[in-house]
Amino acid sequence: MKTALPFREIDPVGNKVSITFGGIDLMLPLGENLAGALLVAGVMPFRNTPVSGAPRGPFCMMGACYDCLVQIDGMNVQACMLQVSEGMEITMPVVGGTADA
Amino acid sequence: MRKVDLIVIGAGPAGMSAARRAAQQGLDVLILDEQPAAGGQIYRNVGQANAKRSEILGKDFIHGQTLTKGLDHANIRHLKGAVVWQIEEGTRVSYTQNGIGAIVEGQRILLATGALERPMPVPGWTLPGVMTAGAAQILLKQSGIACQNAVLVGSGPLLYLIATQMVRAGVPPLAIVETQTKADLAKSMRHLVGALRGWSYLLKGLHMLWELRRAGIVRHVAATDVAIEGDQRAQAVVFITGKTAHRIECDTVLMHHGVVPNTQAARSIDIPHQWDAAQSCFVPDCDAAGRTAVSTVFIAGDGAGIGGAKAAALMGEIAALEIAHDLERLTKTDRDAATQDLHKLLATERSARPFIDAAYPPYAGAIAPADETIICRCEEVTAGDIRRFAGLGCLGPNQTKAFGRPGMGPCQGRYCGLSVSQILSATNDMSLDDTGYYRIRPPLKPVTLGELASMDVSASEG
Ligand SMILES: Cc1cc2nc3c(=O)[nH]c(=O)nc-3n(C[C@H](O)[C@H](O)[C@H](O)COP(=O)(O)OP(=O)(O)OC[C@H]3O[C@@H](n4cnc5c(N)ncnc54)[C@H](O)[C@@H]3O)c2cc1C
Ligand code: FES
Repeated sequence: MKTALPFREIDPVGNKVSITFGGIDLMLPLGENLAGALLVAGVMPFRNTPVSGAPRGPFCMMGACYDCLVQIDGMNVQACMLQVSEGMEITMPVVGGTADA
Repeated sequence: MRKVDLIVIGAGPAGMSAARRAAQQGLDVLILDEQPAAGGQIYRNVGQANAKRSEILGKDFIHGQTLTKGLDHANIRHLKGAVVWQIEEGTRVSYTQNGIGAIVEGQRILLATGALERPMPVPGWTLPGVMTAGAAQILLKQSGIACQNAVLVGSGPLLYLIATQMVRAGVPPLAIVETQTKADLAKSMRHLVGALRGWSYLLKGLHMLWELRRAGIVRHVAATDVAIEGDQRAQAVVFITGKTAHRIECDTVLMHHGVVPNTQAARSIDIPHQWDAAQSCFVPDCDAAGRTAVSTVFIAGDGAGIGGAKAAALMGEIAALEIAHDLERLTKTDRDAATQDLHKLLATERSARPFIDAAYPPYAGAIAPADETIICRCEEVTAGDIRRFAGLGCLGPNQTKAFGRPGMGPCQGRYCGLSVSQILSATNDMSLDDTGYYRIRPPLKPVTLGELASMDVSASEG
């Protein structure tokens, strides 16, 4: 299938598992870097800033910028530092909540 | 509490080669790295690379496998996914692994935390779809993910390397917008003779340019007034060359104008730093073996000053030998015999650096950004805000925090610290050494209450 999404897997590997992002079901490769897998699935933005509500997505992919923050199990975590696991329920961090938990 | 001879923080080329050498001298070594696999930035996931990725990423990348294999030694323990957030007394390191906090004690600590990409604040650089060029490379190395319809912006050999890797992946960039000028190249020429000792780097650079040309990649040079346009995400890069205004529509923008030492860990324990004018960054004070003012703490690799992967590995070995001597596993004579050749190799490795630094300086427009440009991505503080704080009498970066919270978000200044120091220095007409940098305090990365609670248990269990 040809896709117009900006991010593409050049050598798709691994079996896919289901997760949700903001209540939407997605199938992502098990064990894949979570930020990368979400980008390929077309997720953007990952969050809105607590200050102005501006949209943001992964910037550094090495755990330094915190622009890839998402919320899992009530905690704000860096998507670029996690791997996809079965059944992850992901949401955008709550604006007005703590961005740095 | 667990006790070891040497704690190495960072499993890049510097940390891996230090660990191997120290282990060979009989030291008990623990490596902590927040990534799930050894390799650091250059050799990210090299141990897992399949044939296709190996071809795309090239021989220099695959070379990293010799280092990752070297960690397979009875005296080395590598904790993967271990985020270090505090160093105390020059010997105790606190970290979190899988959500559980722990403390370990080492007679010596080696900081091998590498580099970060130099912040490149231009209008629009916070839009989704804008990433560092290194981030695009990490996606490729780690996950085989390519950025399509991308424009590369900035300067330096790493930009060409990433462009060639994208070409080989079958996803060539739409264009490379380069900010270095002919005048920069002219200035770099006086370093050319010295650089000839590092001829292999010059040859590699020429080869990359040839590869890009053959692939028909458009290069715009001496670009100014770079900005990224878009509403909810990046849609185009605009810039000027000569008298011509350009606009390139795209989906992703990959920025890079050099890397700078990641000094967070060293600063958190008050190791002094100096401004390095040639590399336009702060570097920690350490001696030729990497020893710092905290005598039990050493630094090796790009974290001590940018030298590249091979230099990083050599520095790691030199530090390991010095530490082995400290801990009486190696005589002074044996240490000197072993380090002599390493120092020679290191000098050769570094010889092309002055040429590269002069030919590809940071983009001037991002060192003195327009007022409305966001500098602190976390707290959305602009260059104009920082200048205003300077006007109100703010001399150093720490004071700006009281005015507008720059550097107080979760990234703790990693992507604004240098910019804030440089803007204050220019506005106040003060040197960078006098202006200084943010004071970094632990935790180096946010820690949760759960992680702290779990720590007391594991610490007392011993
Ligand atoms: C994104 C990026 C991509 C690069 N790509 C290339 C390339 O392709 N070719 C090239 O020649 N050079 C590249 N470089 C330059 C690179 O800095 C050096 O070539 C080389 O990787 C330096 O080695 P090092 O061992 O000093 O540090 P690194 O390789 O950067 O290793 C440092 C390690 O420390 C770990 N670390 C940092 N802080 C912590 C902490 N608090 N807790 C736990 N672990 C921590 C990191 O996870 C990392 O694995 C790149 C730099 C960056 C920033
Ligand atoms: S993308 Fe920067 S921390 Fe994840």
